[in-house]
Amino acid sequence: MKLYSYWRSSCAHRVRIALSLKGLEYEYIPVNLLKGEQSDPDFKKINPMGTVPALVDGDVVISDSLAIIMYLDEKYPEPPLLPPDLHKRAVNFQASSIVLSGIQPHQNLGVLKFIEEKINSEEKTAWVTNAITKGFTALEKLLVSCAGKHATGDEVYLADLFLAPQIYGAINRFQINMEPYPTLAKCYESYKDLPAFQNAAPEKQPDAPASTS
Amino acid sequence: MKEKLKLYSYWRSSCGHRVRIALSLKVIEYEYIPVNLLKGEQFDPDFMKINPMGTVPALVDGEVVITDSFAIIMYLDEKYPEPPLLPRDLHKRALNYQVASIISSGIQPHQNLAVIRYIEEKTNGEEKIAWVNNAIRKGYTALEKLLVNYAGIYATGDEIYLADLFLVAQVHGAMIKFKIDVEPYPTLAKCYESYKELSVFEDAVPAKQPDAPAPMI
Repeated sequence: MKLYSYWRSSCAHRVRIALSLKGLEYEYIPVNLLKGEQSDPDFKKINPMGTVPALVDGDVVISDSLAIIMYLDEKYPEPPLLPPDLHKRAVNFQASSIVLSGIQPHQNLGVLKFIEEKINSEEKTAWVTNAITKGFTALEKLLVSCAGKHATGDEVYLADLFLAPQIYGAINRFQINMEPYPTLAKCYESYKDLPAFQNAAPEKQPDAPASTS
Repeated sequence: MKEKLKLYSYWRSSCGHRVRIALSLKVIEYEYIPVNLLKGEQFDPDFMKINPMGTVPALVDGEVVITDSFAIIMYLDEKYPEPPLLPRDLHKRALNYQVASIISSGIQPHQNLAVIRYIEEKTNGEEKIAWVNNAIRKGYTALEKLLVNYAGIYATGDEIYLADLFLVAQVHGAMIKFKIDVEPYPTLAKCYESYKELSVFEDAVPAKQPDAPAPMI
């Protein structure tokens, strides 16, 4: 299997955790988003969508982190990334959606560039802070009564794969204070002891600049 | 007696639209409870008691409250498996998830009410239109590339699946709200034509919902 990834992409980060958790071997192929390598004709031949992450499994090419993770979970069921209980599964999908559609779209490179160009830098910061604050508030409400050691209980599930990179980015890139979100902060702490999460961290990827470790 | 499912929704919400189709396809009875987003009813304390997230759609199934259209649809599909909203083939399932993601994170977040109001306030009306157009066209281009080799009568074959629920709501909403046509994208346009022939899709359109304003004559 091949994973086309960028060290700092939070979407790729999610997939790296899944691959790690399931003990799956893969070839890491870096695509430098800042240099626009996702638009290279060679990459577009493999993935016409021109996005990362992209997973290549034989003839099958899948883009989008949620689709990749669901594919991996269905093809390699151990350990399962969704709990057996229907309601808890729904909570996992909700948490993933809040990150995927509620927060990340408002902090991706393209959007931030647009805002900085059309308005200014302060507005860009305010925009991202607003999106993250709204999203974290929603996540805190969602998870406060069902979190255990991790987001939706004592096992790692889909929600945790979305939460970890989002919080990582919020803290490291956007200087968000986690104090108003004790459930999320506690979850984030719980990932620090897990090799699958640690190995997937941006600064540990082959294409991370030397200065970030 | 088993309590009916409740769906809190707004007639024009494309996220609500997706869920209505799922409920219709699976022939699940439900009570439609309108929440007027323009009037800010999603922030009413009574609604927030039911759904602390203050968002629509929200599904109430007995004690269980679920928000977010994707989560609701997956819940419905798992609890009421017929007809299935995902094909059996792993790759085709992945295609369906990709379509749902492109729409729910690539397009819809950039066209929702709160965001476009913000853009208009901070810049102006023209910028807002350019913003929405750009998001939708980028998304449609991605969807066209993704589906061109896999579409049948519908998005990922000859049966209706998850992708179709997201596609029809997106295309319909973009046409009505932003006058953006799907014609330049032949695969998407062909799918949309197919949806128009299904009563289950026609019944779910925003204009037919209980809280839709009476049509202007």
